[in-house]
Amino acid sequence: MSTAVPAAAQPRQTPVAAAVSRSRIRPSRLILPAYAHLVILWLFAPIFVMMVFGFNDTHGKFNFTWAGFTLRWFMHPFGIPTLTSAALTSLWTALTATLISTSLGTMLALASHRYDFRGKTILNSVLIMNIAASEVVVGSALLTLFVTYGVGLGYVTIVLAQVMFTIPFVAITVGARLAGTDPALEEAAQDLGATPVVTFFLITLPVIFPGVLAAALLALAISLDDYVITSFVAGNTQTFPLWVFGATREGVPPQVNVIGTLIFTFGVLVAVGGAVYRSWSVRRLARETGFQSR
Amino acid sequence: MTTLRELPEFLDAAFLRGLTQRRITRRGALAGAGAISLGAFLAACGIGGNQPSAATHQNWVWDKAKKTGTLDFGSWPLYIDTAVDSAGNTTYPSLVEFTKETGIKVNYSEPIQDIAEFFAKIAPQLQAGTPIGYDIIVITNSIQLTNLMLKHWLVELDPSKLPNFYKNGSKRVQNRSFDPGNRFTIPWQSGFTGIAYNTKKISREITSYNDLFDPAFKGKVGMFTFTQDTGNLTLLGMGIKPDNSKPSDWQKAADKLKQQRDSGILRKFYDQSYIKALSAGDTVISMAWSGDVYQANLSAGNEDLKFILPKEGGLIWTDNMCIPVGAAHPVDAITYMNYVYDPKVAAELAEAINYITPVPGAKAVVEQDAAAATDADTKQSLTDTANSSAVFPTDADLAKTYYYRTLNPAEATQWNDIFNAVILS
Amino acid sequence: MAVGTATVRRPALTTRWGRALAPYLLIFPGVAWLLIFFLFPLLTLAVTSLMSGDFVAGFQFTWNFNNYTYGLGLYATQYSHSLEYGASATLIAFLLAYPAAYWIAFHAGPRKSAYLLIILLPFFVSFVLRTLSWETLMGDDGPILGPLKSAHLIPSDFRVLATPIAVTFGLAYTFFPYMLLPIYASLEKIDRRLIEAAEDLFANRVEVFRRVIFPLSIPGVFAGVLLTGIPATADFVNQTLLGGAGTTMIGRVIEQQFEVSANYPLASALAFVFMLGLLAMLLLYQRLFGTDELVRAR
Repeated sequence: MSTAVPAAAQPRQTPVAAAVSRSRIRPSRLILPAYAHLVILWLFAPIFVMMVFGFNDTHGKFNFTWAGFTLRWFMHPFGIPTLTSAALTSLWTALTATLISTSLGTMLALASHRYDFRGKTILNSVLIMNIAASEVVVGSALLTLFVTYGVGLGYVTIVLAQVMFTIPFVAITVGARLAGTDPALEEAAQDLGATPVVTFFLITLPVIFPGVLAAALLALAISLDDYVITSFVAGNTQTFPLWVFGATREGVPPQVNVIGTLIFTFGVLVAVGGAVYRSWSVRRLARETGFQSR
Repeated sequence: MTTLRELPEFLDAAFLRGLTQRRITRRGALAGAGAISLGAFLAACGIGGNQPSAATHQNWVWDKAKKTGTLDFGSWPLYIDTAVDSAGNTTYPSLVEFTKETGIKVNYSEPIQDIAEFFAKIAPQLQAGTPIGYDIIVITNSIQLTNLMLKHWLVELDPSKLPNFYKNGSKRVQNRSFDPGNRFTIPWQSGFTGIAYNTKKISREITSYNDLFDPAFKGKVGMFTFTQDTGNLTLLGMGIKPDNSKPSDWQKAADKLKQQRDSGILRKFYDQSYIKALSAGDTVISMAWSGDVYQANLSAGNEDLKFILPKEGGLIWTDNMCIPVGAAHPVDAITYMNYVYDPKVAAELAEAINYITPVPGAKAVVEQDAAAATDADTKQSLTDTANSSAVFPTDADLAKTYYYRTLNPAEATQWNDIFNAVILS
Repeated sequence: MAVGTATVRRPALTTRWGRALAPYLLIFPGVAWLLIFFLFPLLTLAVTSLMSGDFVAGFQFTWNFNNYTYGLGLYATQYSHSLEYGASATLIAFLLAYPAAYWIAFHAGPRKSAYLLIILLPFFVSFVLRTLSWETLMGDDGPILGPLKSAHLIPSDFRVLATPIAVTFGLAYTFFPYMLLPIYASLEKIDRRLIEAAEDLFANRVEVFRRVIFPLSIPGVFAGVLLTGIPATADFVNQTLLGGAGTTMIGRVIEQQFEVSANYPLASALAFVFMLGLLAMLLLYQRLFGTDELVRAR
């Protein structure tokens, strides 16, 4: 994100760089990175299993006993049209929902942290209740609402629902970022005549951006993976989790593992590519400014 | 000639009362209440306090409906024959042939993953009088299917449009206790609930329901989390026929299960994941569904698992095709329902699905296909299918299987409360 | 407030009036959304929870509080399972997430966003696949326990699956990002000059962490505990797949009562008790925690 961070924030790099260089000296400093990477390994453990079984040469419907190596599932990763379209539906609905809920949730967080207004406590309680609500019951009530008012079930209702249950996650995550940040900069900008909108985009957003990004990623992950509520409001539309969950009765086909592997690999490539690009741009910045970051 | 047929004896008074009332449509309810209001919402919602809508128990469906050339078919994932075309896409050969033969285009989808869950999704729509978007849905015999029938959310079938079913369907599936006279449903495929065990880990022959209670298998025994399967099989194990059972018998069965749980013999009440646990060795003996064991062995490339029907009796269940009220293309739907009872089509489906086919005559077709097959793998797999007792069960097997006890809503509540006290602990 | 007294010409929203109006404009879309798609359905839920009757005959509104007393009496164990596993999972997630978030925020340099994405990636593939994979990994004769048993390091009847431990770790895994992301977001914003100053003052890194970094990250911890604890307590999928007999959580009971038994009033009452109980506990937590608002958590 530092590409989006204004130049004023750059001096922050100094202590980080100092910490990094110091970490090369003391062996006890290895504990923390080792721990962090072990956690990542733990997160990845089931993914490795998933990948391995994408190469399983199973001849029946079930894919959980190793029966030899094959590449045939990778030859036709999109060989099940309903699965492919379900994956695409998931992607589009989740992206749309993330965009909307990140905007709305960030606005809620801003209001909560920058202003006083009536009903703030009620709003916060509603956010909590939203997360605590039983998905089954809310899903059903929502379905009844849509059916009663003749809202056709499908993409639109999926997005409506996904925004509804991701808003609190965004509001709370962005709120954690906003908490304790000094509003002085924003007030200064406004004193200098900047409109609130300009202030938001030039001052507030860059400051809270890591929080907004984290919230958006969280909203995306939740939407992509939601099963219960989505299943109620999806009508005849299938999403990836819906399809996969349905397949468990008869056996999840290896193509699901293949698509999972592809999604995962794509994500890793994006992450690694982004990291490489960013260290390159940091180094270039260092060269141009004569500032040694390492 | 299409007159009202006899009402099944288990229909209760509430349903009959419903029949005599004018159907309250969603539109009507909303118009009466004026604009958008909570009252209208509550009145129209499926969980609201209005009377059950007296849906169309009318033969106007068959008198007026015409073939449209379209069929929306909602089924379970991987529950039909598939093939891969030259572009690498999956096709459904039997549906393609159906379209060729009848001109009816099939929109095939797989929205049903769990009967209770699917029912929870369609109930508000049916209650509100909105079509659910499918002309055929495949519903397992269950409390939910009974509710669909009691609520009159299914279109009564016209037997004159199902000649293949009456000609080719097996006697066992033409006589299902939960839908006497095949008024609302005809079978898609059936299966058994019995016991599966790992022959590598258990050397002796398993024959009895009581083997599930053997302390030698402590911590390695799996039962179903589904009250219907677990409750009914336990009743059979205790020598009680499900349909003759009383609530006091249910309680006795639940006590037996409680003992199995509390002594640590039971590992877990499983859902469909039981087969994975059994394959992986987490359990060595488990309640099981017939088709899964065949598939698990095929998938693992061995013959480790074995499925048996306990000598005390096993369960048979049937996934049934039915037409929900409001279906837009009922004639196309019933045309298809009849079509799958052609032995050729039934064979095609059986070869792919490997559950009990409702058409015994399909066996000869599968044998012919096996004889005609050129590559060894296909030949072997077709021969296996033809000889599989999971696809073409023997009369002796069929004779010792029973359907779940049919439960009216009050009984269903009692049944679930009794068994869930043990299962959902 | 300097805002009201300034003399330069101000855009409408920075006047006293605008200042008063701004929060309402900001919350309007989000609140409207929640009102229609959450609170309105929730209201019907409250109404339903007081109904009696059965599915086929229809449910009538009768102020039937019996649903509440009956449900609570029957399922107290399952409520306590939920709290127990939810709380343990939150603690585990915290212990795993905080150091990882700390390392990414302070030591990952330009790779920060890459690490963030990497940590999120497992959650972009379906939970069904993840859980099936855990079952494979942790199986009684699986790739981890199998070799240990062959080497006689653990007894042959030892198991992880179908135990409360499996449920707890499953929950901690599922909701891990909910813990990590808010903590990361609050750690990342800490002004590095503060740490530098603190290092000058205390020299000891443990002291710096205890006196400066951790206190400044508390809003993130608070948010993380909320975001992890609540859904982990409400979840039933992990328990269904990974737990054994006698580990049922209340979310599962609600699901069963709703879908299988079609007992909508009882299911609604159970859900309402759960929601309000959790809300009460969180309000108490917030009071003990000494913050004035849940989201603000200053």
